[in-house]
Amino acid sequence: MKSGSNLEKLLNAGEFVITGECGPPRSADASVVREKAKYLKGYVDSVNVTDNQTSVVRMSSLAGSLILQEEGVEANMQMVCRDRNRIAIQSDVLGATALGIRNMLCLSGDHQKFGDHPEAKNVFDLDSIQLIQTVKMMRDEGKLISGQEMAEGTEPRLFIGAAVNPFADPFEYRVYRLAKKIAAGVDFVQTQCIYNMDKFKEYMKQAHDMGLTEKVHVLAGITPMKSLGMARYMQKSVPGMDVPDEIINRLKGVEKGGQSKEGINILLDQIQILKEIPGVAGVHLMAIEWEERVPEIVEAAGLLPRPTV
Amino acid sequence: MIVGERKPLDEILEMVKDAKKILIVGCKGCVTVCNAGGTKEVGILAATLRLARLKEDNPIEIDEMTLERQCDPEYIEILEERAANYDIILSMACSIGPQYISEKFPEAIVYPALNTCFMGGAQEHGVWAEFCQACGDCKIHLFGGYCPIARCSKSLLNGPCGGSADGKCEVDKEIDCVWHLIVNKLMKQGKLDQLTQVKPLKNWTTSRDGGPRKIVREDLKI
Amino acid sequence: MRLQYSPNVKIIMVPCTGRVDILHLLKAFEDGADGVYVAGCMEGDCHYLTGNLKARRRVEYVQKVLESMGVEPERVAMYNMSAADGPRFVQVAEEFKSKIQELGPSPFIKPKDQAA
Repeated sequence: MKSGSNLEKLLNAGEFVITGECGPPRSADASVVREKAKYLKGYVDSVNVTDNQTSVVRMSSLAGSLILQEEGVEANMQMVCRDRNRIAIQSDVLGATALGIRNMLCLSGDHQKFGDHPEAKNVFDLDSIQLIQTVKMMRDEGKLISGQEMAEGTEPRLFIGAAVNPFADPFEYRVYRLAKKIAAGVDFVQTQCIYNMDKFKEYMKQAHDMGLTEKVHVLAGITPMKSLGMARYMQKSVPGMDVPDEIINRLKGVEKGGQSKEGINILLDQIQILKEIPGVAGVHLMAIEWEERVPEIVEAAGLLPRPTV
Repeated sequence: MIVGERKPLDEILEMVKDAKKILIVGCKGCVTVCNAGGTKEVGILAATLRLARLKEDNPIEIDEMTLERQCDPEYIEILEERAANYDIILSMACSIGPQYISEKFPEAIVYPALNTCFMGGAQEHGVWAEFCQACGDCKIHLFGGYCPIARCSKSLLNGPCGGSADGKCEVDKEIDCVWHLIVNKLMKQGKLDQLTQVKPLKNWTTSRDGGPRKIVREDLKI
Repeated sequence: MRLQYSPNVKIIMVPCTGRVDILHLLKAFEDGADGVYVAGCMEGDCHYLTGNLKARRRVEYVQKVLESMGVEPERVAMYNMSAADGPRFVQVAEEFKSKIQELGPSPFIKPKDQAA
């Protein structure tokens, strides 16, 4: 056992896991996180807490993670390289673990250009792959980058995650980048939102053939479409997103009031397909600012009750 | 070369607003090549400032000269006899020039007329791009001849990130995703193994992070 | 053809409008011109291929310079015409002269300078 987290235990037991996502508020209001926790507790196995996602300043991912855990929801703390150098990163890894965090998602981070502080200076001392390597070294070798050693039993016991985008350019290279994250020491990966099932199957087949799915748990990222407008926006304007016309047409086929229901139906169909794809260990449900719908989605997908190990 | 760009006219007019007589000093080095601060640009700035001040009914006298280089003490010396004659000296070199001039002539009031932008090269007439960040430890041979430090928006050594589309950076469609170029080149060359190795953490001590840098060549000292 | 055009227009001949530099346009204003226009060949007909296109870009640059000083950018202009088209030359000369007359005298030269 690397970390003893619920997520790790379930994945090792071969359960089809479901993880959720929670964005902390743009204030010091802990009740926002506590409120979101209500819709996630008992419905998902672990919850990603975003780290100033899209470079918009929010309550820190560490604080958000701790509040979730106080509410009985296991956190998967996100950590980006944009805002911290190697000194701050290692310090936060140690601090988070000391406070009970057991899962950490290692990311490069969105460029600050898209956030609310585009004038900021960025860091990017490490990149996401080097971050994975660093956390793994701290955990498995009990060493800091400097070589400084920790006494046995005092290493940060973290289950290490990463994000992968199977659809970004260049497509042929994406699976090699997954291999590189595995070589760096990642335990599980969550993918970018998937809508193009055929292309994702192709990616997973490639990964499976290369023996990668033996080495890492792949959780397929899914996001329900709230409306036709959202689907169109995702298709046209979000980089690295592949939304096939089929999704657009299904949403077009229903009246406006029924689009969010149809969006959830599409998602439920996706979950059934994903369950059958070899190497897919679970789903990562990103119901962005739609946490209140998580219970019904998970129930309708037949994924209740959540297993315990 | 060092690529610069002239400051907006408003900003320069503000700098010289109280001056009656100024000297504009160009540089025949990099900023001549990138058409920002050579003899010609000195002439254009002088004419523009004179016109702007004529319009305000507050004429300004401007002398123009262009030095061989402004980043070598010996080429600055030529200003010795003249520096005291002006209310302001406006340097059109990269920021090294005005620093050299103001250090050499402590009494002079020296302003930069350019913004020093980056180290790069011309891509076509009138277009320059950044190629180097002077990290002090060149490793471009490991990246198909491209520099990910200077040319990736996140300086990723193990890129690309998930945000590029059609070979362009998510930060700006005008920026080529350098990782797209690196991957395509190395795949074409059959050197995928160079990409699948995890590139180690960079040692930034040779970069600016180690403090301002200096090179001393004993063999060249006189 | 012996066509008449306004004596207000002072002609400075260059081998090709590609020779006209930003500095020349600015100098004209410094020397007291109320307006400056460049009369180049028709686009696509440049003997040196792109001289007139480059001239147009320089004119546009100077228009921006004038604008940044709070001066009407129309005081500098680019016109294209055939060397064989005398009437068009006259028409442009008259058109530009009227435009500048509408804008009034140069904002750079003050009345007291003119009186002096």
